[in-house]
Amino acid sequence: MKKELIELKVNGRRHEVAIEPSKLLLDTLREDLGLTGSKRGCDDSSCGACTIQVDGTPMLSCTMVAASYQCDNGAHEITTVEGVAEHGALAAIQKAYGDWGGSQCGFCTPGFMMTVRALLQRNPEPSDEDIRHSLSGNLCRCTGYTQMYQAIKAAILAEQKGMARGNERTEEE
Amino acid sequence: MSEPKKSEFSVIGKPVALVDSAGKSTGQGKYADDLSAPGMLIGKILHSHLPHALIKKIDASRALALEGVVTVVIGKDAPNTYGILPVGHDETALAVGKVRYVGDNVACVVAESESIAEAALELIDVEYEPLPAWFDPEDSMKSQSNFIHEQRPNNIEKDYHHVFGDPDAGFAVADVVLEGRYIANEVTHAAMEPHCTLAAFEFDSQTGREGRLTVQSSTQVPYYLQHKLSIVLDMPMSQIRVIKPLVGGGFGGKSEIIPLEIIAAVAARKAKAPVKITYTREEVFLAHRGRPRTIIDLKTGVKKDGSITAVAAKVIQDGGAYCSYGVVTILYSGALLGALYDIPNIKYDGFRVLTNKPACGAMRGHGTVNVRFAFESQLDELAGKINMDPVSIRRKNLLKPPCITVNGLRVQSYGLPECIDVVARESKWAERRTKLGKGRGLGMACSHYVSGAASSIIRSDMPHSTVNIKIDRDGGVIVYTGASDIGQGSDTMVAQIAAEVLGCKMNRIKVVAADTDLTPVDIGSYSSRVTFMNGNATMRAAEDIKKRIVAAAAKKLACAPEDVLMRDNIVYKRGVEPVESKSILQKVLGTSPSDKAPTVSGHVEGQILRGSVQQKRKDEGPKERMSFEEAVTSAMDNTGALSGTGSYAPPVEAKGGKHKGGGVGPSPAYSYSAQVADVSVDEETGEVTVHKIWAAHDCGRALNPVSVEGQVIGSVWMGLGQALQEEFVWKDGLLMNPTMLEYKSPSSTESPEIECFIVESIDPEGPFGAKEASEGSLAAAIPAVANAIYDAVGVRMRESPFTPERVLAAIRAKNGQKKIEMTNRVDPTAPHKLREHGGSLWFKGRGPQRHADDPSRKTTAEPVAGD
Ligand code: FES
Ligand code: FES
Repeated sequence: MKKELIELKVNGRRHEVAIEPSKLLLDTLREDLGLTGSKRGCDDSSCGACTIQVDGTPMLSCTMVAASYQCDNGAHEITTVEGVAEHGALAAIQKAYGDWGGSQCGFCTPGFMMTVRALLQRNPEPSDEDIRHSLSGNLCRCTGYTQMYQAIKAAILAEQKGMARGNERTEEE
Repeated sequence: MSEPKKSEFSVIGKPVALVDSAGKSTGQGKYADDLSAPGMLIGKILHSHLPHALIKKIDASRALALEGVVTVVIGKDAPNTYGILPVGHDETALAVGKVRYVGDNVACVVAESESIAEAALELIDVEYEPLPAWFDPEDSMKSQSNFIHEQRPNNIEKDYHHVFGDPDAGFAVADVVLEGRYIANEVTHAAMEPHCTLAAFEFDSQTGREGRLTVQSSTQVPYYLQHKLSIVLDMPMSQIRVIKPLVGGGFGGKSEIIPLEIIAAVAARKAKAPVKITYTREEVFLAHRGRPRTIIDLKTGVKKDGSITAVAAKVIQDGGAYCSYGVVTILYSGALLGALYDIPNIKYDGFRVLTNKPACGAMRGHGTVNVRFAFESQLDELAGKINMDPVSIRRKNLLKPPCITVNGLRVQSYGLPECIDVVARESKWAERRTKLGKGRGLGMACSHYVSGAASSIIRSDMPHSTVNIKIDRDGGVIVYTGASDIGQGSDTMVAQIAAEVLGCKMNRIKVVAADTDLTPVDIGSYSSRVTFMNGNATMRAAEDIKKRIVAAAAKKLACAPEDVLMRDNIVYKRGVEPVESKSILQKVLGTSPSDKAPTVSGHVEGQILRGSVQQKRKDEGPKERMSFEEAVTSAMDNTGALSGTGSYAPPVEAKGGKHKGGGVGPSPAYSYSAQVADVSVDEETGEVTVHKIWAAHDCGRALNPVSVEGQVIGSVWMGLGQALQEEFVWKDGLLMNPTMLEYKSPSSTESPEIECFIVESIDPEGPFGAKEASEGSLAAAIPAVANAIYDAVGVRMRESPFTPERVLAAIRAKNGQKKIEMTNRVDPTAPHKLREHGGSLWFKGRGPQRHADDPSRKTTAEPVAGD
């Protein structure tokens, strides 16, 4: 199939890639942009390992055609797991997943990072039920999810503390 | 999370994040499929659509004519046989002359891209001659001809018949004897990372020809892979390098050589270019090597006081088409009847049977899980018969270690009594059990597992693990370990042990792991051997290198070497306060010791440090304490870089009895687990809801409590999957549910709360007393749920998983109602309709063309359900 030039905006940067028009976004990210953080865990959009955010909404990049997500006047801002670490340090959720055993083999972790990030952006104080439900589209075979809940709660606390500190600073200034 | 109890250690027993966790949460960590090589080609495998057939002809000419196809590999390109067990070399890279299951590997297309390779698969013409196939092990055992492997008459891979003590006499003195048939259906690992292998040859500078091979693969056993590659490719092992990148879960599914690993190497040789093969999820299901469907006829006798007098088990395992780990699996099923309870008399008959389905192999809790389900269920039933509480009957039959069981297993540390106490207390067993109300119940069960096998599968007197440590002028400690981290955290374990022994901080330790060129041999991550064996080797290597540091430090501190202590980057004299490293370093240097800060002169701190330390050393007299770097530098004065080595081989006393097959089961130490399940059963629908599991696990010592909890919870969770919903559904040798959704891997909404309690029995031979933590808890989850279902609604589930269909059938049978036929009128001969969305490779309109004697032409018997 003949390739076409498309432009994607990923993690705040623009990339031009020549790809087959039918190429999936997951494969484009992994093969053409070298962003191998997003994983493929299944054939039928059942595992969530490939989750990314498009304009903040978590989506399965294994079922999306890359050419349909060309950057376009501020729309189609794609965020992958590589774009989660903030200001040169792990984001609270990334640190907490390590500290609390939220990832073991880690293959599912990028997908969970994107799902949890989207959840917390939408709802900074989710209930236990909210968390459980929002994770249900991502599968993990290692953890049984229990330690993920602990990690998510720890991350929320850390965020709140961090925010409190941030506020103090602003007040001082 | 439970607080670490001991403060005698500075690293051990503390919850630490896995050393590679940041790589996992940022996407920086590389798994096999994240790797590529210049000029890399993609391989795609053509799988058989027939369960048993002779290959008459393979014509790849149409595929080769397709633009972008580089080559097509077939069986005769690498016909040497291999297999994980020396007694089971029955596999070839690609089928030679015959296919043995739907999904067997027929050919591999190597092409410029995945889409081209996939298109080319359709263009390979294979002419088959169908043979009769066997899908049920009890039928297969009766076969008289057309055996799956010619060298295995009656399709029996292996049978064992063991008698320990005097079972007949034992049953004769029993007050109650129960017999029952239990069936555990087939489950698989379904690790989130699909298998992937990248193989590349390099040129040899001397000969100018194809030289060394490097294989990067998702494996739990890089050294076995190196060995088997050398057999299949006819290459010396020294010319093969296997590197294990991050592995996205194993659970046993990557603990042997998976076809794509060999095929990728053969393909790279033929294509003369690097080749990567990544399985689709469907291919992962077909590569399988999971837990076999197991039929257990179990008989147990007890006295009125609850003591077990004898056990007899006949176990038939549906092994699939190749041996895989089968001989070991069937032995574990018998051997680990012992070492949990005190059983004076055991009879065991085990049959590993070949069938025309994907090979079963080792899966978490290898060999023990299904028999444990049967045993713990029957023990529960016996307790009912003699009116004894299920907790009490277990307490009644405890071992009294140190001891050797009737089948030759040596038990030293034994935390089972405490595990039982903890879960009984935490679940409020005694108070709640009778007050739960209709449809709700509590169930209890126990399990145990080995901390690695005392004898390795390839017989030899060599150590099972060796670890090297290097410390150079920078004061950095590099640990070279062959242990394969597959997510269980072995790299972290190794770093913790090295840091503890050497008295330095974790961030000084860098672990180089599982690269056959760099790291010494470790036989792999399976049978929960890594912490015990590689941990011990790490400890010994660290002690080896520590000796030299201590000797040098003793001179400086003017004390005996025994009085030199090392902790948290400080080397000090016994009796002296080990002050925070920061203040010490400040004293030594008179500057801030911040590890990373560049110094004014722009030099890296370490170099400055050494210069000033050496200077100081000359000037100063004896002192009371010094920094780790100073001690290391003084030890290096005459030798240059320090290196230490340590290895571990299990002691002979742990190697068990001399009987045939006695090499499987013995372990240097056993872990123990007790669990209570709290469930509800909907009597209208048969649906079982698990509210909570309390799980106590004796891991000897929790080196890293977060990790131990994670492993225990993960095991219990996986056991719950097998208990409630996971199962391979077969129709005439076709796997009907090869996707994560249809296989029903539990999601967060289907996963109950699991509370983990760590019990530390401090094993005398484990590193810091540690033993197994990652598998032993799986087995108890299944019978705990079965027993809770009985407690809730009075039906005894004898076939797992306990799906609504099975539970409802059991409830209706108990009430004298007719069974509801849920699958009535479903046409099982039209599987392509069911599988359309999954993209099955071999059913795209091809349909099954089968031998006249194939069971798909006959009607099948009713499956067993609960009573
Ligand atoms: S790869 Fe499994 S959902 Fe996308
Ligand atoms: S951590 Fe392994 S799959 Fe989630």
